[in-house]
Amino acid sequence: MTLLETRGLSRRYGGVTAVNDVSFRLDRGEIRSIIGPNGAGKTTFVSMICGRIMPSAGAVFFEDHDITALSPWKRVMRGIVYTFQITSIYPKLTARENVALAVQRRLISGPRAFLSLSADALDAAIDEALAAVGLERAAERMAGVLPYGHQRLLELAMGLALKPSLLVLDEPTQGLAPGDIAPFCDLIRKTARTSTILFIEHNLKVVLDLADRITVMDHGGILAEGTPAEIERHPSVQQAYLGD
Amino acid sequence: MKQTARRSYALHFAVIAALFLLQYLLPPYHLGTFTRIMVYAVLAIGYNILFGYTGLMSLGHAMFFAAGAYGAGLSVHWLGFGPIAALLAGIASAFVVSVLAGFVVLRVSGVAFLIVTLMLAQAAFLATLYFNTITLGDQGIVLALRPVEIAGSAFALSDPVVKYNVALAAFAPALFFSLWLLRSPFGRILIAVRENEARTRLLGYNTFLYRFWALVISGTMSGLAGALYCLLFGYVGSSFASLQYSTLPLLYTLLGGTGVTLGPFVGTAIMYYLIDISSGFTSSYMIIVGLALLVITLWFPDGLAGQVRRLFKRRAA
Amino acid sequence: MITAPALLLALMEGAVGAAVLALTALGLSLVFGVMRVINIAHGEFVMLGAIIAWWCSAELLGAHPVLGFLVALVLAPLLVGLVAMAADWLVLRRINYDPERTIVATMGLLYIIQQSVLMLYGPDARPVEPPFYFRVQLPWFGYSGYKLIVIALALALLGATWLILSKSRIGLYMRATRLDSETAQAFGVPVRRIYAIVFALGAMLAAVSGVLIAPMRQAHYLMGTDPLLLSFIVVIVGGLGNLRGTLLAAALIGIGEGMISVLFSPTLAKMIATLLVALVLVVRPGGLVRETAP
Repeated sequence: MTLLETRGLSRRYGGVTAVNDVSFRLDRGEIRSIIGPNGAGKTTFVSMICGRIMPSAGAVFFEDHDITALSPWKRVMRGIVYTFQITSIYPKLTARENVALAVQRRLISGPRAFLSLSADALDAAIDEALAAVGLERAAERMAGVLPYGHQRLLELAMGLALKPSLLVLDEPTQGLAPGDIAPFCDLIRKTARTSTILFIEHNLKVVLDLADRITVMDHGGILAEGTPAEIERHPSVQQAYLGD
Repeated sequence: MKQTARRSYALHFAVIAALFLLQYLLPPYHLGTFTRIMVYAVLAIGYNILFGYTGLMSLGHAMFFAAGAYGAGLSVHWLGFGPIAALLAGIASAFVVSVLAGFVVLRVSGVAFLIVTLMLAQAAFLATLYFNTITLGDQGIVLALRPVEIAGSAFALSDPVVKYNVALAAFAPALFFSLWLLRSPFGRILIAVRENEARTRLLGYNTFLYRFWALVISGTMSGLAGALYCLLFGYVGSSFASLQYSTLPLLYTLLGGTGVTLGPFVGTAIMYYLIDISSGFTSSYMIIVGLALLVITLWFPDGLAGQVRRLFKRRAA
Repeated sequence: MITAPALLLALMEGAVGAAVLALTALGLSLVFGVMRVINIAHGEFVMLGAIIAWWCSAELLGAHPVLGFLVALVLAPLLVGLVAMAADWLVLRRINYDPERTIVATMGLLYIIQQSVLMLYGPDARPVEPPFYFRVQLPWFGYSGYKLIVIALALALLGATWLILSKSRIGLYMRATRLDSETAQAFGVPVRRIYAIVFALGAMLAAVSGVLIAPMRQAHYLMGTDPLLLSFIVVIVGGLGNLRGTLLAAALIGIGEGMISVLFSPTLAKMIATLLVALVLVVRPGGLVRETAP
């Protein structure tokens, strides 16, 4: 069942075409990885899906609705959650306060809820999110002093707290210590039981380990798509990617 | 309610109680001074909601202050309103001006925001001079006020004790509102917008809307201060829209500390007395404002109340 | 009914205003472009220039307007430049040119300068004798020769500044710092020293504009507010940090404001100018003039 679809999605900056007429389909429950050399347009493409950037041409469909003109915050409410390539959290707030902002977004749907949100419901959901990424003991620490890998996990916790249908991760293992990568993959697999995962990644081992299917991008377009096995054998992928 | 929240509310309640008792102890001159301090503190608290909580530095709050003052003053002078109706008229005027201003100024942020708010306030100031058939320009309007009628008894607004208690009756809810707001989900979002707007947007929040409502709340509260000032001191004039009423709340909140709810009040009280004292020495007493601004920005970026709070936290840790 | 001669007179008045405004606004724009800070005390530098002009023409050499004017043209930028450098060294450097703290600090500076002048010279407006009293006879009216000289001097000074910026080595350093201060520093540009020089230069331009205005309006401790607000308007409309935009906007707004002032009322002119800023922001937040090469 198609969850996300783009049709002819393009983005131009002056004379430069970052994303060129990309038509892309993602099924519900998939774990899809987007790989490609630097400058391929991966982040731009993904940013157009979550609403950070508006396309120059083309359309984005989510759950069969045209969301091309929808603002980024409305897309979050529909279930698309994005974690940044360079971790973006609130450094001067505690880990707990960081997650609280995500949780309260999910629990509050109208003005009345603003006044009646129960502190207990909030706390329970925050604890759950922090525990899912293993940061319970860091809850009261200032997010800015956490090691970078933990900040990434915190951002993930915030994303998970929103209970997304589509979780979009931009280079999630970048900055993680080697020992943290395996637990991270376990976490993603567990999350994939309830959310569809789309992630950009440079670490090919992680990609081959996690992804159900892989989309290879280069020069703003899709070079190839397929299962890990198919992609490994694909001649143009080998040339474009492994060649340089 | 959590432990820390309960302690905060208790502290604030104690401050209000102390202010209430103070009226029996203060000599007449200081009674008047504290009345003014409380009214200015409402202006500062309103300012801090936009500056401290949401992170938007405005140099145009004089237009909200003046909107409230003129709303009240003009309705008394030309329409014969009673004090309570005039107060409501003032608040409503400030609300309308805030909403209109919001649609213009919130398109920019940072330095441009600062300059645009400054510009709009200046335009408002010039408007009060230009339309001087209604506003009587910088000469201003001296008001003849009817007494406040509550539960059958009449309280004359010329009575210093009545003035003090009216000011306190406005200051207390403003203070508690600012405390409640800071701890509420809405307040948390304002802080998030201040700390990292991009992240906040991608957590599902329409950040423009939050900045808009922060501006409207801030402007309306500043307008309440203006309406109060006009009604308590029986005067409204162009000076209410001048640059001074935009720079003073900034000074007060910086001095007291923007991150502390009692900061604006502390800053207002200290600065008001500093200005008062130095006016006894020289007619260029506003120089103390300049020196205070330099000292704060060089050595006390957290403000005085902010420093005190940090000391407490360090001791408790 | 507005006659053609009245229109011409208004235009000329506007041109004078525009010339002086260009000097002041250029100073502000330069400081923002290179240092990325806003100097709220900028108008006070204009006021200081005017006060020094008064002092030179009335007090220094015993009421000798021409000599006083010439001395002021040299002395005012020097003295005000020194004040600016002191402010930079004592304050701005210590707060590391942090944008928000600079705004607060320069606001403090505004009060200090303003009130110091009040303390030393009192609250009265002091008239300054124009150095030249000749009138240029046009077919419809006589026009003050001094004002025409003001336009000429202002244009000359703008030209000189442009030359320095585009041809000299210091100008190169300034432009490099403006584009990318980190890279400039890596290439050996003494960025901190450039900041001090630029801040002083901005102040000097403002001071000269003060000397030029003084005979036309009186020297008064509160006179800095108007140039400050007009400069802000120019800088926003022209685009923050966009030097060419600043000059174009100064011409547009100076002439427009001057004309409306003469034909209708000064208050209305200022009101329209300030509301123009709001309009520009609704339509084009980056300013009306597109940023091309510096």
